[in-house]
Amino acid sequence: MQAFVNFFYLAAAVLFILGIKGMTKPKTAVRGNQLSALGMGLAVLAALLDFHVVSYGTIIIGILAGGAAGVYMARKVQMTSVPEMVALLNGLGGGASLLVAAANYLESQQLSGMGQFDPTVEWSVAVILSILVGAVTLTGSLVAVGKLMGKVDDPKDIRNYKLGVKASFALLFVGTLTLVMGDTLNSGVLLTLMILLCLVLGVCLVMPIGGADMPVVVSLLNSYSGIAGAAAGFVLGNNGLIITGSLVGASGLILTSIMCKAMNRSLVNVLFGGSMAAAAGISKSENDAFYEGKVKFASADEVAMMLETAKRVVFVPGYGLAVAQAQHATRELASLLESAGAKVKYAIHPVAGRMPGHMNVLLAEAEVPYDQLVEMDTINPEFPQTDVAIVLGANDVVNPVAAKDKNSPIYGMPILEVYNARTVIVVKRGLSPGFAGIPNELFIRENTLMVPGDAKKVLQDVIKALREG
Amino acid sequence: MDLFVIYFTIFVLALFVGVEIINKVPPTLHTPLMSGTNAISGIVVVGAIISAGGGEQATGLSTFLGFLAIVLATVNIVAGFLVTDRMLNMFKRK
Repeated sequence: MQAFVNFFYLAAAVLFILGIKGMTKPKTAVRGNQLSALGMGLAVLAALLDFHVVSYGTIIIGILAGGAAGVYMARKVQMTSVPEMVALLNGLGGGASLLVAAANYLESQQLSGMGQFDPTVEWSVAVILSILVGAVTLTGSLVAVGKLMGKVDDPKDIRNYKLGVKASFALLFVGTLTLVMGDTLNSGVLLTLMILLCLVLGVCLVMPIGGADMPVVVSLLNSYSGIAGAAAGFVLGNNGLIITGSLVGASGLILTSIMCKAMNRSLVNVLFGGSMAAAAGISKSENDAFYEGKVKFASADEVAMMLETAKRVVFVPGYGLAVAQAQHATRELASLLESAGAKVKYAIHPVAGRMPGHMNVLLAEAEVPYDQLVEMDTINPEFPQTDVAIVLGANDVVNPVAAKDKNSPIYGMPILEVYNARTVIVVKRGLSPGFAGIPNELFIRENTLMVPGDAKKVLQDVIKALREG
Repeated sequence: MDLFVIYFTIFVLALFVGVEIINKVPPTLHTPLMSGTNAISGIVVVGAIISAGGGEQATGLSTFLGFLAIVLATVNIVAGFLVTDRMLNMFKRK
């Protein structure tokens, strides 16, 4: 029977791999996700058949409660809030790994009392790792959720948090050695203290990271939740868990590295460098002086006039588009222009939005076909032939200073070269700096026109003007 | 061979498989990829079920922790797969 159960786990792991493989094309992705879900169903079935399981009441209540909450969350969430939801779910996954490792520790105490279990060094290390990574993922994710929702601000002084990280690591190292070398199974108090310490560590690790770097943090926490699962697999001796955890860990790591590359920063710099804005931030008066008298403004009517004759139009969405919920208005304007014979594309910067691929989901929600969403490297050579580029709530990712000024905090970050377009229209609430805390040279260029206001409102006005004109 | 060595071998090989396939996922699908893999990481529910299912090794506290873990992991799984499905169904070709 147990061999049979293990084959189920293998089948589940194979389905997960096939499922992720389906994600390599939009056409097969829905099916891929269903295969993964089927794999999860098999794994749960296998666990229920395990000979350790003798009563089902608690299990069924737990699954029903969690399932109901899950259905509710998935139905309710707005596409703009997907980053918060993914971060929260990551945290829950980490929390589950932590609880499983702790429960297994308690069971091992019992088994050892019955003379059926003798902890090895590897087992002890795996338990500690599972608890550590799980706890860090739990509290780290919760802080990330707070930052994504704008409820937790970046701290001005990050030294205390850095000190907290160092102290936690030192204490955890000592604790781990004591636990592994000493009487592992009779150190419940020490283990509890270490769990508390790890919960604090999670907060200290994520607090100092700037709001702008959340795409990296969310990816990294995703990776952690996988590693926590794999560690739980080592504890339980379950290959299914090990394979799956490792797949998720790899996925998170790859996304993390893509995000870091897209910002031209190292992971260490993102994690321990503090918020860019805090480091480089300029005062309001300096910011005002930079733009003083150099910015040209335009009204929605003037934009509409310009668009009437445009043959090639590129939209450049940023986080501002998500905040203004302007994806539907964008799509409406695009359809209008297309019906007038213009070619419309969307330029997507890898770190636009609050998580990898966030803009693509928002635009897909507004029924923008995905073949119009163009990656940075493909769209950049096309800007010189573009009549009008419309920047919607993006800032640092279109700042030409990144290519020229070696002293700039964003120097070397690959940008969307919108300034090469014949006319650039920037829709923005005001002239406040972006996440990097620096003024944007694009806004004072000869070929740039600013339209102040909320992206959705401005777009609706342009649409109205076009229809009436 | 030591069991730990076998587990570790599997872990490392699976990492390579993960890197190979995930590198092929286009940036357009990175958000669903993340929420999908996130749901998959709820696989730890397997361990939670075994802990909550009683048996001679269980204590009151371990069963309770297992129960809590089931709730958390199930939210992770169900919400993760459903929201991924919702997103993926929005991606349409022209």
